[in-house]
Amino acid sequence: MSKRVVNILVPLISILLGLIIGAIVMAVSGFNPINGYVALWNGIFMDTYTMGETIRQITPYVFSGLAVAFAFRTGLFNIGVEGQLIMGWLAAAWVGQAFELPAVVHVPLALIAAAAAGALWAFIPGLLKAKLQVHEVIVTIMMNYTALHVANALIGVISGGQERTDSIHESASLRSPFLESITDYSRMHWGFVIALIAVMIMWFILQKTTLGYELKAVGFNKNASEYAGMNVNKNIILAMLISGAFAGLGGAMEALGTFENMSKLHAATGIGFDGIAVALLGANQPFGVLLGAILFGALKYGGLNMPSEAGVPTEIVSIVIALIIFFVASGYIIRVALERFGKKRKEEK
Amino acid sequence: MEYVIEMLGIRKQFGDFVANDNITLQLKKGEIHALLGENGAGKSTLMNVLFGLYQPEAGTIRVRGKEVKITDPNVANNLGIGMVHQHFMLVENFTVTENIILGSEPTKMGSINIKDAAKKVQALSEQYNLNVDPYAKIEDISVGMQQRVEILKTLYRGADMIIFDEPTASLTPQEITELMQIMKRLIEEGKSIILITHKLKEIMEVSDRVTVIRKGQGIGTVTTAETNPTELAELMVGRQVVFKTEKIASNPKEVVLQIDSLTVADNRGIDKVKNLNLTVRAGEIVGIAGIDGNGQSELIEAITGLRKVKNGHIKLNGQEITGLKPRKITESGVGHIPQDRHKHGLVLDFPIGHNISLQTYYKKPISKNGVIDYKKVNEFARQIIEQYDVRSGEGEMSLARSLSGGNQQKAIIGREVERNPDLLIAALPTRGLDVGAIEFIHRRLIEQRDKGKAVLLISFELDEVMNVSDQIAVIYDGYIIDTVSPEETTEQDLGLLMAGQTLEESNKVGGRNE
Repeated sequence: MSKRVVNILVPLISILLGLIIGAIVMAVSGFNPINGYVALWNGIFMDTYTMGETIRQITPYVFSGLAVAFAFRTGLFNIGVEGQLIMGWLAAAWVGQAFELPAVVHVPLALIAAAAAGALWAFIPGLLKAKLQVHEVIVTIMMNYTALHVANALIGVISGGQERTDSIHESASLRSPFLESITDYSRMHWGFVIALIAVMIMWFILQKTTLGYELKAVGFNKNASEYAGMNVNKNIILAMLISGAFAGLGGAMEALGTFENMSKLHAATGIGFDGIAVALLGANQPFGVLLGAILFGALKYGGLNMPSEAGVPTEIVSIVIALIIFFVASGYIIRVALERFGKKRKEEK
Repeated sequence: MEYVIEMLGIRKQFGDFVANDNITLQLKKGEIHALLGENGAGKSTLMNVLFGLYQPEAGTIRVRGKEVKITDPNVANNLGIGMVHQHFMLVENFTVTENIILGSEPTKMGSINIKDAAKKVQALSEQYNLNVDPYAKIEDISVGMQQRVEILKTLYRGADMIIFDEPTASLTPQEITELMQIMKRLIEEGKSIILITHKLKEIMEVSDRVTVIRKGQGIGTVTTAETNPTELAELMVGRQVVFKTEKIASNPKEVVLQIDSLTVADNRGIDKVKNLNLTVRAGEIVGIAGIDGNGQSELIEAITGLRKVKNGHIKLNGQEITGLKPRKITESGVGHIPQDRHKHGLVLDFPIGHNISLQTYYKKPISKNGVIDYKKVNEFARQIIEQYDVRSGEGEMSLARSLSGGNQQKAIIGREVERNPDLLIAALPTRGLDVGAIEFIHRRLIEQRDKGKAVLLISFELDEVMNVSDQIAVIYDGYIIDTVSPEETTEQDLGLLMAGQTLEESNKVGGRNE
């Protein structure tokens, strides 16, 4: 079996296996798996509205996945994407509602503010790691909580004691009448284009620039990097800054696209944590992250349709989706199985 | 005579690359059988076949006369074959016993019975004079001791045939002597040994027979007593080898490196380099001789900016470079072949081509405005690969990890020499390499000297220091105890100096005795 065929077969078989085991779970729990999967399919592809909403759901996952993956490539485990995303959301929402500017200035300004806020939130753990060797996992986890409560407090200040900020001005919005018209008034917005650009940017930084070369070198071997005259601490901080900026932009998608404001959050959004899974699904490669986000976002959004259309309770839906993700993530097992199978056939011949 | 292992006509292929072609190796009971070959000749591949990590395309393996199929290392273990790897497979923060039982833990009512295991380890250790403390932690014991733990691991699992893969690569001369004794002891107890090495001295000293392979081909098996190092080297390399590197007399000119009363502390804050003075001139090779741990590493790290200088001055071409950042020092004309090529010299998960640009990736013409031109990176890499004869599976795209030690080192030397530095620091440049590679590297160092560059060589091998240097500075306890010329000194004198005795002192002692 050629490498190429294996590379295509592995994800397909993974998804199939996930679907089969998911079907068994549904059947055992007393629900019709076929109805369940039809509902899942419909939840993703039924009409232009659901497709638009699916893309909207995918968009922030691309950013959170890129954020985690980027830090990973430099040997850093950024679990703080959640908090960085919340800060980015808040910054974009504030810039969107506080200023009145032409759209060509307003949108970029809001995006930059979001990226800067996310970067700032990631800068602190980066600095602590570089200067004092404090492990980034602990600091970033803790910064998630501070982000949540700081954001909630600031929303109160900005809105004058309300539960959510005012809606952003139209000039800062990523939504467009055109996208609404082709997707039957879904909340799909231009953020997906920005997400694609972000994928390209990460690819470019890692594959083409001296910065990417240094970041990867530091990620693989700090000692050799130091020997070669690279500033290891600077690279750690930079990696966290860029990772945080991606996370912040993910928040901007919610602020300027999906919600056009920010409400006080009772708990984490989950997008940042799911970013870890998305990054791992995509093997920390920019285009892999894109595919991972598509799978993750589509299942998450499509799953919402299963309780109403097929009567499958949300808990079972979560299990089924988790199974599919699980099998995709454990593609290695299938790869090994395929290779064994290929070998046997060769020997028999 | 009874053969315990016979590998007959083994062939192993990776894609189009034939790593082993029709190789035969027969191990007699109770002998030390050396497997000799250059780096990349296929020694490791052959042993991995024997150990069940690779399946051969052709050939048969017999163990104690019975044909066997070794499908994985467990099969090899059950047949009584054990391997002491070059890079130890030990858990640093586990004790000796915990490491030895790892994978086959003896249990008593579901919990590990560490006491009995430790007793068994103790007994084995005594039987073979290994002197290992079963309760010591791996991170607290020396490299030589760690290797003994690896030997115990194979014995604990009941191995009768033990493969030693380059066992002396990371040992001190003292530890090497001890290892030789251990090997002889193992033979006395009825074990048989395959010794993979490219060090001729060791082969002559300890082995009974030698099987030589070259570029994947079996060249033949000879009896050690009937051969000599020159013949073995020729068999291995396929041409005549010069042990003594030819060189013309040196012609030292202006001072390039000037070190004045340098003091450097190690990570624990203990002074390792103390008030050290050293001068290296253009057109000469100064060799630093000394026993490991006398401040060599700290000295190099201080010169190259990797370690803080506590006191004193380092000048390059008259310019102060003390306390500058590593890159500034590199750019002011220092090339550095680091002591540990895996830790400092290479990013092992990068392709070798990327590694060749590790010091120049940020400069024109390789990069412009922060964007790297990987075409240029690869072009440059191909040039170095050709010029320095770096051999690898997929050229510049091979992962650095996949290259043999000698080829990794050649790539590093190419990288450092091509930058044309005024001062080239070579720290243990031939550690773990075969005679062919050593010869190549020595010639390159001398070539640099002849071009009028200053070369600082740090080595633990007396042969190397005597052979290559124009001046020998002996380091002891962090300072240069004496500087001698290789023509006017003997290995004995150097040995005394390295042990901290000045020549006048030892003469006095000698005088009194007479």
